[in-house]
Amino acid sequence: MRILTGSVGRKILMSITGQLLIIFVLIHLIGNSTIFFGPAGINAYAEHLHSLPPLVWLFRLVMLAAVSVHICYGVMLTLENKAANPGAYAVKRQLKASFASENMVWTGALLGCFIVYHLAQFTIHGTPDVVVGMDAANRVDVFKMVVTSFGHALISLTYMIAMVMLFLHLSHGIPSFLQTMGWNNDKTIPVFSTGGKVISAVLMLAYISIPVVILAGLLKL
Amino acid sequence: MNLILHVWRQKGPKEPGKLEQYEAKNVSPDQSFLEMLDEVNDTLIKTGKDPIVFDHDCREGICGMCSQVINGVPHGGQERTTVCQLHMRKFKDGDAIYIEPWRALAFPIIKDLIVDRSAMERIIQAGGYTSCHTGGVADGNAILVPKPVADYAMDAAECIGCGACIAACPNGSAMLFTSAKVAQLASLPQGQAEAAERVCNMTDAMQANGFGNCSNHYECQAACPKGISVKFIAKLNREYQKALFK
Repeated sequence: MRILTGSVGRKILMSITGQLLIIFVLIHLIGNSTIFFGPAGINAYAEHLHSLPPLVWLFRLVMLAAVSVHICYGVMLTLENKAANPGAYAVKRQLKASFASENMVWTGALLGCFIVYHLAQFTIHGTPDVVVGMDAANRVDVFKMVVTSFGHALISLTYMIAMVMLFLHLSHGIPSFLQTMGWNNDKTIPVFSTGGKVISAVLMLAYISIPVVILAGLLKL
Repeated sequence: MNLILHVWRQKGPKEPGKLEQYEAKNVSPDQSFLEMLDEVNDTLIKTGKDPIVFDHDCREGICGMCSQVINGVPHGGQERTTVCQLHMRKFKDGDAIYIEPWRALAFPIIKDLIVDRSAMERIIQAGGYTSCHTGGVADGNAILVPKPVADYAMDAAECIGCGACIAACPNGSAMLFTSAKVAQLASLPQGQAEAAERVCNMTDAMQANGFGNCSNHYECQAACPKGISVKFIAKLNREYQKALFK
């Protein structure tokens, strides 16, 4: 199968899985934003979400498959690219490449580590900071759990750093997937480049707003 | 003006190389970069030393033979300019200039500043052509091509195959070079019959010859002396997807 082994084929798989992950990032943000409506908002959202276990598990499996393919091909292509360029110029001046484009594998690796930590924390409830309880309506009290955990400055800081990684990864990733899918021409190249940075910055700021609001004491138990 | 040159010297493909320092004295601002090197070589030959070996041919900016990374940029960084068309008026008296060969796994160094670029020829051999019957010259207007399509194909055909895109790419990828030929031929009626086969064979050849994968840094377009656009890479990607379903 050419798509699994070819240079361009594997990039297309990276692009498609990247798009699935960007859609997840958007849906997750919309879900997370229910926290601004207080316990009634996010607890009701969480209960609603988990009321359909087959759908939740199907979604999780698709995401796991997308992340696995994205990581495997990301590492494979990066190793091939490092090998193809001995990189031995005594003097090298970059003309167009950016910090974000040159460090996709590292921002991706840090995001991967963060996803494992984030799942261990808020999905498996396996980190010591997590408070698991029920609210007055006998629903899982997600609001209390998130507000308590983000009340720790170090946990919030870790989250914010991860969101900066998300910004860097997507600011190159968004224009890059559009190019790899072939949806690009001379007119759209600068638009997508700027648009990718703007969308990534908006996503980063929106995600970061949650710990910021909690640390500022605007959302409290 | 007087300049200090730091030039990559390497006796052969397997020999270790290093930067060596030379002085270029009384350089005229009207000289081309290659003419400046010619004079340095005259001095080296007169003093019994090995001249600096470098590729060159037309010296008009159209053959794609000259191939030097000057101060970290292929062809020296002047927009849409090959080394042979780069003039010494762009430099200042006392400047230090670093001159290195194209560097990529697919470009083994033959000597000093000359690299073996036959890997690019092998990509072209894999599909950078249209199959046709030989015979009398076809009527130029037998197949009508709309002007915008002809312009698009000509923009892609402007590639001179120098390899600056590969030398500039952090991944040593030949995507811009390959895509220019794929896009040129896929946009014309004569090339469309073999478009699917061509894009697959040429990208396979790119991979098999040790070139890396494109990760959209766009260093290639910035370094290209002919200003080939990365829009042709997007076109290659579209052609590749069409080929997947054939």
